[in-house]
Amino acid sequence: MNALADPLLSSGVTWAILLIVLVKVVVAFAVVMVAVMLMVWFERKAISDMQSRIGPERWGPFGILQTLADGIKLFFKEDIVPAEADRVVFKAAPYLVLIPALVTFSIVPVGGTVTIAGHVVQLQVANPPVGILVMLAMSGLSVYGVMLAGWASGSKYPLLSSVRASAQMISYEAALGLTIVTVALATGSLTTRDIVDAQARGVWHWNLVHLGVVPFIIFLIAITAESNRPPFDVVEAESELVGGYNTEYSSIRFALFFLAEFMNTVTASAMIVTLFLGGPAGWAPHVAYLRWIFPILWFVAKTAALAFTYVWFRGALPRLRYDQVMELGWKRLIPLSLGWLLIVAGFLVKPAYGFATAAAVIFAGTLLSRAFEIGAARGPDAVLTPVGERPSPEEEVRRYFDADPDQGSGQ
Amino acid sequence: MLALTTTWPDLLVFVTAAALIVVGALGVISLRNPVHSALSLIVTLFGVALSFLEQSADFLAAVEIIVYAGAIVVLILFVIMFLGVDRHPRDEVEPLVGQRAFAAVGAIVTVGGLVFLMARAHWVTGVMSASTNGTPLASGQGEITQLGQSVFTTYLIAFEVTAALLIIAVLGAVQLARRDRESEVEQ
Repeated sequence: MNALADPLLSSGVTWAILLIVLVKVVVAFAVVMVAVMLMVWFERKAISDMQSRIGPERWGPFGILQTLADGIKLFFKEDIVPAEADRVVFKAAPYLVLIPALVTFSIVPVGGTVTIAGHVVQLQVANPPVGILVMLAMSGLSVYGVMLAGWASGSKYPLLSSVRASAQMISYEAALGLTIVTVALATGSLTTRDIVDAQARGVWHWNLVHLGVVPFIIFLIAITAESNRPPFDVVEAESELVGGYNTEYSSIRFALFFLAEFMNTVTASAMIVTLFLGGPAGWAPHVAYLRWIFPILWFVAKTAALAFTYVWFRGALPRLRYDQVMELGWKRLIPLSLGWLLIVAGFLVKPAYGFATAAAVIFAGTLLSRAFEIGAARGPDAVLTPVGERPSPEEEVRRYFDADPDQGSGQ
Repeated sequence: MLALTTTWPDLLVFVTAAALIVVGALGVISLRNPVHSALSLIVTLFGVALSFLEQSADFLAAVEIIVYAGAIVVLILFVIMFLGVDRHPRDEVEPLVGQRAFAAVGAIVTVGGLVFLMARAHWVTGVMSASTNGTPLASGQGEITQLGQSVFTTYLIAFEVTAALLIIAVLGAVQLARRDRESEVEQ
C-alpha cells in the first residue's frame, strides 16, 4: 500500500472516505449523462448549421431538450429480438459498449484538489497507479460490444459491420498505445494526475507543444477511429451495410448504443485534454473560496473545443473506404508513432542522442516508403488482393477441384 | 495457511477471483457454441487479472486485460466470425480420435505438476513473497520500474529473442497467406 497514488486512500478507509468516494461516483455519472445529452444536441445543431439547416428547435430553448424527448420516445418503443438472434449475447451487447465508455471517464482529472472535512480529495473518480492503461484496457474491451452485437443479431450486414469494427479497432489500438507510451515517457509516470501535473506550468509544458505536434495528431486520428466516429465510420456505412452493427436493435437497446457512442466522444475529448492539453491547467485569479472552480471551467472549455473538432470532422470529411482506413493505420500511423517514440526517448536521454535517433528514423522512414512504392509498383497481382476483391475460400476450393488436370493450370 | 495470514478483504477477493477463473474455465470447455466459449474465456482472464491485483501486481493486471482480453480473444472471435460458425455444430463425429484420453492424461500431468510445485516452492510475488526476502514487490510505478529494469538488463537476451521470434512468426504468416499469382500461372 506504499505507492497508492490517491491521497484520500493512503491512510486506511473509514466511512467518511467511503461516502466521499460514493458521492464522487454518483456526481461523475450524472455529469457524464448530462454531458452526453448536451453533446447529442450540440452535434445535431452544429451539423445543421454547417449544412444550412435549422436542426432541432422545438423542445426547450434552441431545442436543447430534444435528446430527452428522443430518449423517452425510444424507451417506449417496442423491443424486438430477432428470431435468428443469440438471445443472451444480443441483450448483453449494449451494456458491453456502455460500461467501458463510463469506466474510462473515471480516470479523467476534471479539476485540482479540494479539501472536504479534512480529507484531500482529487477531482477525479479514481487515480489508479496504472492510470492511463485503464483507458487502453477499456478501449480494448469496447470492441466486444460492437463485435458481439453484430454477430448476435444473426443477420448478414450487422455481421459484416462487426468484422470491420473489430479489424479497425485492433489496428488503431497499436498507434494509440504507442502515442500513450510517448506521453508516459515524457511524464515519467502512468497516472493521469501526474500527467496533468507535469503540464501545469504553462502552455509550453503542454504535451501538445512539449512532444512536438505529431503525437497529438496521431492520437486524435487514432482515437477517432477507435470510437468509430466519422470519417472512420465504415462500421456504420449505411449505404453499404443498411445500418451497421445496430441494424437489428430497437427501443432502449438501440438508445444504449447511441448513448455509448456519444459518451465515447465526450470521453475521447476529455482524454485528449488530459494527455495533451494540460487537463484542468490554466489561468486562475486569486478569489477566496472559489479558486478550485477555475480548473474545472478550463477543463470543460477545452473538452468542449475538442468535442466541436469531432463535429467538424463529421461535417467536413468524407467517409474513408475500408482499405484506406487500414492503409492509414498500418502504413502511416504505426510507423510514424513508433519513430516519434524513438526520437522522444533519444531527446530525453541527451539532445545529441535525440538528433542521432531522428536521423536514424528519417533514414528508416525513407527505406519504408521506398518499400511501399516498390510493393505498389509490382501491381495488384503480386500482393494480397484487397479484401473486397478476394475470392471466398469456398470459391477457391471449387476452382481447385473443378480445374482440368490435363491443362495443368489452376485457372 | 491462507486463512491465517490474510485479512478478510483479501480472502473475499481471492475467492471471487478463483470462482471467476473456475466458472470461466468450465464454461470454455462445456459450452457448445464457440463464441460463448470465447466469452467465458474472458471471464477467466478477468479472474486472473483480479488475482494479479490482489497480489499488488497492478501492471500485470492491466496487461492481462489489454493484451489477452483486449486483443487475443478479439482475434479468436474474429476468426470464428470470419469462418461463419454453424449455430448447431455437428459434434457426433469426433474430429480427433482419442482426444478425450489425451486430454485426461494432460490434465492429470498438469494438475500433478502444479501440486508438486506448490508443495515445494514459495509464493513468487505479493505479500507472501519469499523470492524478495519477505519484501513485496512495490505496486504501481515501482512495480513497472522493477519490471522494466529486469527485462532490459537481466533478461535482455531472452526478451530480444522473443521479439525476434514474434517477427519471424509474423513474416511467416504473411508469406503463407499470400498467393503468388504469377507462379500459379507458370505451373
